Amino acid sequence: MDAHVAQLQMQYRNYILSLYQQGFLDDQFTELKSLQDDGSPDFVAEVLSLFFDDCVKLVGNMARALDQTGTVDFSQVGANVHQLKGSSSSVGAKRVKGLCINFKELCEAKNYEGCVRCLQQVDIEYKTLKAKLQDMFNLEKQIVQAGGIVPQVDIN
Amino acid sequence: MATTSTSTGDIKKTKSVEVKKKLNVLIVDDDTVIRKLHENIIKSIGGISQTAKNGEEAVNIHRDGNASFDLILMDKEMPERDGLSKLREMKVTSMIIGVTTLADNEEERKAFMEAGLNHCLAKPLSKAKILPLINNLMDA
Repeated sequence: MDAHVAQLQMQYRNYILSLYQQGFLDDQFTELKSLQDDGSPDFVAEVLSLFFDDCVKLVGNMARALDQTGTVDFSQVGANVHQLKGSSSSVGAKRVKGLCINFKELCEAKNYEGCVRCLQQVDIEYKTLKAKLQDMFNLEKQIVQAGGIVPQVDIN
Repeated sequence: MATTSTSTGDIKKTKSVEVKKKLNVLIVDDDTVIRKLHENIIKSIGGISQTAKNGEEAVNIHRDGNASFDLILMDKEMPERDGLSKLREMKVTSMIIGVTTLADNEEERKAFMEAGLNHCLAKPLSKAKILPLINNLMDA
């Protein structure tokens, strides 16, 4: 096998493993990968694109809801957090999901400062994940362009 | 996200990971990510699907369309009007599976079943969760 392809594949495996080990991704991401096949070759990219669009929309909604002068509608914030928790859970975005669980509790407690801090963390976290997954896709592209096959990575 | 189509190696789909007959499924969820995921899960097990954003849309699809669904996958936590009771009022005979974060809560589960669900599954959905259930329900 071409040494360059082998090196890229090793780099890819190590990178994917690090995403799981560092808690960015969980088993649900493995499920997404398993749903990608010749009939749906871009499924993972498509669903992640929808997820990150969701993040932009929901973080924006939450920011506006928390920015209200007067009484903050914590139930509205909570509804957006709930939705983000659902979609992050569905794509295996473990850290984002974890933050949403905390965020929901803060909404229920009507903890304004806590909610603002948590929203900032959610914003940072989904953008970090997006950058890391873009690096993953770039590695996949390099492997294919070098004539190789993107390897299945066993995370267990 | 920028990407290109990639080959994913030696993944071969076998009949053992598909349902025993071709299912027609209605997917009801207010989240685009979850609708896309469920669509692909159904496709991966050999089924076809239509989607609805909420219970109202699901009811309209049933009322206006010619499709007869074997199964309805319904998010039990949508903020808008719950279409489950309406679907049951319309005497929809499709099997209805609720998808919820509360599937492990016995009381909630009981309430969902009494409201007309055939079964509950925990979010997030996966092939491994849904395939045995669908095959059992189809055999029953």
